[in-house]
Amino acid sequence: MKYQSQKVALAYIVCAVALFGIQVLGGLLAGWIYVSPNFLSEILPFNIVRMIHTNALIVWLLLGFFGAAYFLIPEEAEREIYSVKLAYLQLIILVVGTLGAVGSYLVGIHGGREFLEQPLWVKFGILVAALIFLFNVSMTVLAGKKTAITNVLLLGLWLLSLLWVFAFINPDNLSLDKMYWWFVVHLWVEATWELVMAAILAFLLLKLTGVDREVVEKWLYVIVATALFSGILGTGHHFYWIGLPGYWQWVGSIFSTFEVIPFFLMMSFAFVMVWKGRKNHPNKAALLWSLGSSTVAFFGAGVWGFLHTLHGVNFYSHGTQITAAHGHLAFYGAYVALNLAVFTYAMPMLRGREPYNQVLNMASFWLMTGGMAFMTFVLTFAGTIQTHMQRVLGEYYMDVQDGLALFYMMRFGAGAAVVIGALLFIYSILVVRKREVITPGAANPVPGE
Amino acid sequence: MAEFLTKSRARNVFYGGSIFFVVIFIAMTVQSHRYVVETSTAGMALSEEVILGKHVWERHSCINCHSLHGEGAYFAPELGNVMTRWGVQDESELAYEVLDGWMNAQPSGIEGRRQMPFFELTEEEMRGLAEFLRWADQTDTQGWPPNDAG
Repeated sequence: MKYQSQKVALAYIVCAVALFGIQVLGGLLAGWIYVSPNFLSEILPFNIVRMIHTNALIVWLLLGFFGAAYFLIPEEAEREIYSVKLAYLQLIILVVGTLGAVGSYLVGIHGGREFLEQPLWVKFGILVAALIFLFNVSMTVLAGKKTAITNVLLLGLWLLSLLWVFAFINPDNLSLDKMYWWFVVHLWVEATWELVMAAILAFLLLKLTGVDREVVEKWLYVIVATALFSGILGTGHHFYWIGLPGYWQWVGSIFSTFEVIPFFLMMSFAFVMVWKGRKNHPNKAALLWSLGSSTVAFFGAGVWGFLHTLHGVNFYSHGTQITAAHGHLAFYGAYVALNLAVFTYAMPMLRGREPYNQVLNMASFWLMTGGMAFMTFVLTFAGTIQTHMQRVLGEYYMDVQDGLALFYMMRFGAGAAVVIGALLFIYSILVVRKREVITPGAANPVPGE
Repeated sequence: MAEFLTKSRARNVFYGGSIFFVVIFIAMTVQSHRYVVETSTAGMALSEEVILGKHVWERHSCINCHSLHGEGAYFAPELGNVMTRWGVQDESELAYEVLDGWMNAQPSGIEGRRQMPFFELTEEEMRGLAEFLRWADQTDTQGWPPNDAG
């Protein structure tokens, strides 16, 4: 760690992984309610559990992004953060807001737009925190060195904060409500968050592989160009059936097909950089998470997204377990795994020691990734059956759901593996063991050298 | 390609292209906004009752179990066409009575069956909710869902 103020990231990471724990436990509970529907049904109904699951996810991912930004911006800009106090103030606002939101959900106070259920004061808190953040990092970058990584990262974070304004706009007309709601939801995860993801991934690969900065940054611009060129009009794939004009079926189908490209490029970029790189970085777990993130994002967001994005397919599959399958793997690959990559990379430095618990950390990668993959497969099978029985044959929803019980049991098992993996990950980065579980071997010599 | 595509060229393409797509997107949004107001949702007035119903829908976070026009959670049935499914889309009073009867029978308490919570609504709120669901149902959603099962 070159700069003292990077230490701020530590507090962000600790808060983020705590919420990560809450998120996956909430998910496990929701998965259990699918298997045993009477469980807690009077005390903690499904809708409340789901709000906690999704909201905790969004907030911890944002905390991770903010923490990553505070970690990498000093190194890129080559100077200390403008104000460490503001960074901590921002974190306090976000944590108080999150706890306030969870508390109010538990007593039944919440909004009703999916993912944006936070009470108004929490929404304002998020806005204020975002403004503090933008001021703080922009001041840092303006006074320091400007690189493509900080440009893209800041652009992504500025745009996602601006789009948050649409969280406050709730028209009485349901179709308009839905259209503007997607300005936050889609333009976050399928546009601006991709800029943040690509920038962080570029930073990690630069550090882990030692490839020339010019090469990394050129790729970065190409990737984010394809992300926005496809993602902006790709919003159309959410506009098929909510009361908007029919032309969105073509615009959405065509442009959202191109949304596969940035994810394919990110995956190729990551592997090519490792291939070209000459550095033998000791933090193998961070490298595994970086490669894993870009690969799983390609499958979850790219392949599983394309699976049901064409309007002729989506007409039948819209709003079934297919969507749930895609949502889980896409979020896990693109944003969860990327955050865990940064945490894995940054934690040893933030705590001033060698990378530790590499084996446990890598085991948690395979446990979580295996669990998520299994969950995605069973939900895809469930969704396929649901689509056929309900949308093609016209059988009633609950009758079809009863026929899917086996898949929901397997999904619960997969979820349990993810939770164990998540807890193992948290243990591996927070608790320091004296030794690795398995002693590392000597580095393999390169043939011909 | 290496010489042709320099970093600064890639950057310029990124910024220029993104602005181009943002402008197109804004223009299409304006047109879509008009289309929604004037065409696709114009079949039924956006009355005070419908608006109250939307607030009831939101206050109780119905979206985190049900889907509406296919969006939401997938734990409970689609409600964008529920009034058609119940055969009461064209009859306001009947729609209210059926909805009131259904919601007051929850939770069913049947073992092994997904449970809908009991929501304490006033008559005015229940009427609003019924009107809101009828309003949603009359929206022109390009023929979706494929059948009444939703």
